[in-house]
Parts: sequence; C-alpha cells; structure tokens
Amino acid sequence: MSEPHLSVRGLHKWYGAVHALRDLDLDIPKGQVLGLIGDNGAGKSTFIKILSGVHRQTEGQIQFEGQPADIATPRDAMNLGIETIYQYTAMVPEMSIARNLFIGREKRKWGGRGFGFLDEPAMAKEALEAIADVGLHLRSAEAPVKDLSGGQLQGVAIARAMHFRSRMLILDEPTNHLSVKETSKVLDYVRQLGAQGITVIFISHNLHHVHEVSDRIVAFARGSKVADLNASDTDVPIMIDLIT
Amino acid sequence: MSPRSRSSRQWVSDKTVEARVAPLFLRGQAFHEHSDKTNVSFYGPLNMSLRHILQSKPEASAFLMLMFLTLVFSLLSPAFMTYGNFQVVLQPIPEIALVAIGVTILMISGEFDLSVGSVFALSPMVMVLAMAAGVPLPICMVAGLVVAAMVGLVNAAITIRLGLPSFIATLGMLFMARSLTIVISGGFPPAFPRDLDLWWIVGKVDLLRVSIFWLLGIGILLGIWLRKFDFGSWVFATGGNREAARDMGINTNLVKTTAFILCSVLAGFAGMIQVFRIKAIVPSMGTGYELTAIAAAVIGGAALTGGIGSVVGAVIGALLIAFIENIIILTRIDANWFRFAVGAMIVVAVTINKMTRDAAGRGKHKDSDDE
Repeated sequence: MSEPHLSVRGLHKWYGAVHALRDLDLDIPKGQVLGLIGDNGAGKSTFIKILSGVHRQTEGQIQFEGQPADIATPRDAMNLGIETIYQYTAMVPEMSIARNLFIGREKRKWGGRGFGFLDEPAMAKEALEAIADVGLHLRSAEAPVKDLSGGQLQGVAIARAMHFRSRMLILDEPTNHLSVKETSKVLDYVRQLGAQGITVIFISHNLHHVHEVSDRIVAFARGSKVADLNASDTDVPIMIDLIT
Repeated sequence: MSPRSRSSRQWVSDKTVEARVAPLFLRGQAFHEHSDKTNVSFYGPLNMSLRHILQSKPEASAFLMLMFLTLVFSLLSPAFMTYGNFQVVLQPIPEIALVAIGVTILMISGEFDLSVGSVFALSPMVMVLAMAAGVPLPICMVAGLVVAAMVGLVNAAITIRLGLPSFIATLGMLFMARSLTIVISGGFPPAFPRDLDLWWIVGKVDLLRVSIFWLLGIGILLGIWLRKFDFGSWVFATGGNREAARDMGINTNLVKTTAFILCSVLAGFAGMIQVFRIKAIVPSMGTGYELTAIAAAVIGGAALTGGIGSVVGAVIGALLIAFIENIIILTRIDANWFRFAVGAMIVVAVTINKMTRDAAGRGKHKDSDDE
C-alpha cells in the first residue's frame, strides 16, 4: 500500500471536561470507502467535525496527502479538498440550485471575495453541468432547492463536492429520511466515488448501508477506535456487537 | 396526474434506474440522450414563470396590493391622485423607507432590530450637538453615523457573543439609546442652525425633496448589492440556513454584524434627513418607528425567519403605510383607525405571502410523487 491519503496520529478532543475523542490513530488509503460506525456519542461526529474544520482537535496531528494539515475553519478543509456532506445537506431552501452549489465559493465577474459581482450565467451553466454529471437532469438551476426531493438534494450536495474536485468526501448520514429508491441511488454514488479514486468516509446508523458500500469498517465506542476490519471479513450482526 | 407531469421532474427515470444499476455518472452520455426525450420541462412553461415570480420576488404581493389600493383610494377621494397630495405623501417617505430597508436586510440575515427608532434620534442628536459646538457639518454627520454604527456593533456583539436573541438585545438597546439621546441633549432640544445650505439633501425639486433621490440611490445600490454580489448572497444564505452557510465557509458572524451596522447607520441617516427637513430636533423623534419599519419590511415580503425579503419590498411597504395614513386624512375618517388599517394590512400581506408559498409547496409534493 502506498502512502495513506489521510493519516491521523494521537488525535484527542475534549469538550470541557468531556473526553470525546481519545488518542485516535487512523490511516486511510486513497480511493477507499471507509465505513465509520458507532453509537451516539462514540466520537464519530467529533472526528469528522475536526476533519471538516468545524471543531479543532485538542491534541494530535493530521496529515493529508503526505502534508501536515492544519484545519482551522471549514474553508481550510475545502481548500484541501475535503468536502463534508451533512445529513441535513447544507442547503439554503429558499435559494436556487445554482446559488446553493456555489455557496461561499461564488464565481465572480470582478471584485475580490466578499466584494465580488456574481457571474450568474457561469454559475447557472456550471451548476447544470455539475448536477448532470451525477445523473440529475433538470432544465433550470434557478429553481429553489426546497422544491427538490431528499434524494435530489443529496444529488446536488454530491454534485457540489464533485464540482469543486474534492479529493476526500465525508458523508454523514446521507441516507437519513430518504426513500428506499433514493437510498439506493445515494449508495450507488458512494461506490462510484471510491472507483474514481475519491476517498470516502461514510457514516450511518444503518449498518446494512455501511456494510453494503464500504471496503473497510472502523468502529468507535466511547471516543476510542474499538475495531478496524475489512468489510468482507465482517457482517452486520458482528458490527452491531462491536458498537453496543 | 398526466404522464407528462409524471416524467417532467424525475431525477432519473424508473426505467433507467432498473436498466443501469451500475455507474450512473460514468455514463453521462446515455443519460443525456434519455433526458432529451423525457425531461421536456422542469415545471411546465406557464407554471414555471408564475411560481418563479411568486417565489423569487417576495415583494410581488405587496406590489399588487399597492396597485389595488392606489386604484381604490383614487376612487375614494378625488384629492388622492393629485400633484399636491403626492407632494405631501412622498416627502417623509425616504426617512421611513431607509429605516425599513435596513430592517429588511437585517431580517434577511436572520436577525431583528427594535432599536432603530431610538437610533433615528440618537444619531442626529449627536450631529446637532456637534453642530451647536461649531464643528463643520460633514464631520458632524460622520460623528452621528459613527455613533449609529457603534450601536449596531453593540447589538451584534450582544446577539452573537452573548448569544441573546436579537429581539431582546435590541429591545434593551431601544431603551438605552433613547435614554442616551435625552441625556446628551441635556433634557431640552438644542437649537438647529438656521443658516445651513441643505438643498443637496432635502431641497425641493418640483413636487419632491432631494432626499427621495438619496433613497433611490441607496436603495438601488443596496438592491444590487443584495442580489448580484457575493456578500449579498451570503446575507440570504446566513438567514436562510445559518448552519449550512457556516459549514460552506461563510463567516456568518461577519455577515450578521455587517447587517446590524448597516441597519443602524441607515436609521441614523434617515433621522438626519428628518432633522434637516423639519429643521428642528426633539429627543423623542422616531418613537415607534421601529414598529412602522418592521411593518413595512413584513408587508414588503420579508420573513421573520430570515432568508427572504427585498429592498423594493421595504420601499413598497413604506409607501403602503404612508398611503393608508394619507387616505384616512383625506377622507376625514377618525385618525385613530390608522393603526387598525396598518395592522390589518400586515395580516393580509403575510397571509397572501404564506398562501402563495403554500401553493408552491403543494405543487412540489404533486411533482415529487413520481418516485
């Protein structure tokens, strides 16, 4: 195996007196789909919030693509190519698909960030292309995202991550509140991401979904890593045992 | 449901999913071919335009109401649609409309300001006191606006750093800023210098005051800023879904602080225009303006929940309130009915907005039935 895509060493996180993450060591090779499981409060959310720049680790190092990574803000994570797709999909319901796709990274005709005149035609065009690339065909990117179904929202969220050429995708409960059919589409996406060389961390309480798409399963409990297995060496009943 | 509407919004058609369980976006080409046949349109052409207008233009219903009431009022009173009457109605419009614009932008960002009525007095009071001390007018104005900006900054700090609801933070500021106004005035209003050249801001141009051009200029600039600039987009994103905006790398605290300061500065500037217009200042000026401004914002389509609203809506809301006040005077109805009429209009406007949004929502559910 070559150099890991992401490597963390001795990662700790305290929230006040609560030790939410204890001495985590983890290497993830490029293109792997890693299923992260654990009960509520096991530390999975803490771990991905550190990777996505929402929180900072209290202690420990992160290496991304061989370089030490200092992830202080969500922008830092995005600049590195780490995109997180949250269970609530991080969309503004009243805003258009195009605006949502470019939130915080708007294309500008002129002006610096924060003072820039929006390049709306380019955003509309690229938004349509980006969502078409994930198999979602809409006539216009101007409709507000509140008109989309849950699966379509996940499609747009994944299109957004793909458009900004993310190298690592963190999916936090992406199948929550989705119909069976939409869930199977999202799981298809996840498998294809791995096939395209994009590293994926997949988090779900639905262990069947995790087992279905993951190459490898890591289980957390009470802030520590308690298991690290090949997906093919385990099954759902074993996974349930691991996290309870 | 017709077959066409069934297929119109499908993400990937049923057949396609069954036929190609394997890679979806690796076979983009095949999907384009398929979509050309089925995705005739997103909503259907007519439906699209109507819904698009109602959803993307929160001020649409206020505009219709303005047209309707203008018609009704001109039938009610022959004096309504006259030159002289418009002169009377439009003169104070820039003041309340500027406050309403600030309140609207702040509401879009998801916050609320009850202190604008007090800042409307505090900011010009600072200016007039400085003028009385012999300081040149431009510096006096800047001083007044800086004080307004500081009030906005304190509102933002209390709301963001201390985590209080902005309703509470600015309710406190409503009292504090009013009290400060009275304290610095020494309890009695200072004399307003008579010999100033104020044509550039409140001079009469035919039936209007120059201040209406300040309103137009500021309104157009802020309208463009909100709709066409990235920061404006962040204001909507912050109010529409703060968590999403933050997770996508927008500094939502900066956005809210900017909106708080902008709101206060506009209120202070509007207060200055009023002082220039009537050439006098009393510490109680602007009392109750916060509610009128919020009423104008809400009538103009701004949502209390944030993420929705427009500059044009705020101006239309201010116009509607002024028109109602005017028709009550013209028709010699008991003036005490004014607040009743404004209150009724708030309820009607918000009800219309809610109904159009709900109607759009129902359409959505019908469309997404296709799964």
